[in-house]
Amino acid sequence: MARLSTAGLIRQQVGYELKMFIRTPIAAFFTLIFPLLLLFIFGALFGNEEIPELGITVAQYFAPALAVFSAASATYTNIGVFTSFQRDEGILKRVRGTPLPPWIFFVGKMLSSFLIAAAAVSAMMLVGVLVYDIQIMASTLPAAIISFFAGVICFAALGLLVAAVAPSGNAATAIANSTLLPLAFFSGLFIPLTDDSPTWLVTLGDIFPLKHFNDAFQAAFLPTTTGAGFDWPAIGYMLLWAAVAMLLALRLFKWESRSGGSEKNRAKAMS
Amino acid sequence: MSVAIEVQGLHKSYGDVEAVKGIDLSIDAGEVFALLGPNGAGKTTTVEILEGHRKATQGSVSVLGHDPALAERDFKDRVGIVLQESSVEKELTVREALSIYGGSYSKRLEVDNLIDIVGLHEKADARIGTLSGGQKRRLELALGIVGDPDLIFLDEPTTGFDPSARRDAWKVIDNLRSLGKTILLTTHYMDEAQNLSDRVAVIADGVIVAEGTPDTLGGRELAATRISFRVPDGATLPSDFQISNGVASVQSGEPTKALHKITGWAIDNGHELEDLSVTRPSLEEIYLALTEAE
Repeated sequence: MARLSTAGLIRQQVGYELKMFIRTPIAAFFTLIFPLLLLFIFGALFGNEEIPELGITVAQYFAPALAVFSAASATYTNIGVFTSFQRDEGILKRVRGTPLPPWIFFVGKMLSSFLIAAAAVSAMMLVGVLVYDIQIMASTLPAAIISFFAGVICFAALGLLVAAVAPSGNAATAIANSTLLPLAFFSGLFIPLTDDSPTWLVTLGDIFPLKHFNDAFQAAFLPTTTGAGFDWPAIGYMLLWAAVAMLLALRLFKWESRSGGSEKNRAKAMS
Repeated sequence: MSVAIEVQGLHKSYGDVEAVKGIDLSIDAGEVFALLGPNGAGKTTTVEILEGHRKATQGSVSVLGHDPALAERDFKDRVGIVLQESSVEKELTVREALSIYGGSYSKRLEVDNLIDIVGLHEKADARIGTLSGGQKRRLELALGIVGDPDLIFLDEPTTGFDPSARRDAWKVIDNLRSLGKTILLTTHYMDEAQNLSDRVAVIADGVIVAEGTPDTLGGRELAATRISFRVPDGATLPSDFQISNGVASVQSGEPTKALHKITGWAIDNGHELEDLSVTRPSLEEIYLALTEAE
């Protein structure tokens, strides 16, 4: 049999990553189901009243915000954690020994995470429409899609950076969760930011890309938005983060664990 | 015959610790070469440099005409690696893993054919997480040859196997040899080296202390032959025998004569010599003598 073409290899890697994701129930739960549960919880807690400061209903705000949260965890958390555990288990080292070009390996991870994020975002918006009667406007749909892509590119790159710096799978889990969850609060994903929010918190949110992801994506679902609804500064800011994260990740990426398997060999070699 | 692996003056340090202290190796295409040595001697480090997983600190390395440190796709395409410690995705089935890992090689073996070779039919569609240790190792062997490589690295391929699984693995390896593959294996098992390899090198403390065929390693073919037998009841032996646990033995540079004398003595005195054996020192004894000296 002949070697798969580059497109065939990419397709194979995407299929492989999706298979691994689906067969890891805990990851599938946290990415696909958990954000929906949050929407139901927020709906039950706050009702579906209009938020006075924003002039939109609770669900009209939270469905896109939680969609952003699930897109970020589908890319950032999943890539960071999965890849680090793959390194712990020696799988990255095995892959490195095959003629699969490393860039195809990374592209497979990113594309598959985009598909998972798209599924999670679609599920969230669909539930929003069916259960909470949120409005989706055809005029701003392209902006929503472009914002989505800028966001997932950014957070997939950051996920690779987590995988590059985390010494182990457990460390990557800790890094991903302890950064994404507080940021979700600072960025207004769980509680809308208003004029009364502390300035330090707002400033902190402004620095990191999650708030810009939320702003750009939200803009496409605000009834007050006129025109196509593109938040170009936010989109540009996310892509800038993506470029920096990607460069650092590729520079720092290791195919072998610093502890664990290879370390044991090294210890043996030195004894 | 062309050379598959050529190494000169190989050094590898981790910090101030020198794991490999100047190794020269030349392995011909089609040869099965075994690297023996205690844990920590530098075996795995050496093999991992040849595979491209580590960079040499010093020295020249050529594998199939490539510098493995460059990690070229053409190089990896011709090399199969069975790592000592690594795992395969437990979420995948055997068939899926072989198909995915095979995808990147320019020539690859049919998955069903491969499953046949390593004898995993009844597990072909089982999740890898459900395989026994020996079955996993056979899967790793299959993954090592999925790309129909010219050169195969086997780092302790049968560690943890039961005796029959080991025999099966040997058959696979012997089959690969008959296909003309070059094989570099590391092992702790002397019978494995004896059975499989054309040539053997012993590494101790980062250097090669002996090299040769399994039959000639460390001057094995020149070493004195040992003749031993159980001391017959009530027999009085000639004085040049060592006796321990009721077994008499003698070392001789002229075993034919010595044996003739012993059997003549036994016949003359009406003794039957139980457990009579004539042996050269085993590869294991040579190995222990070589590595204990360090």
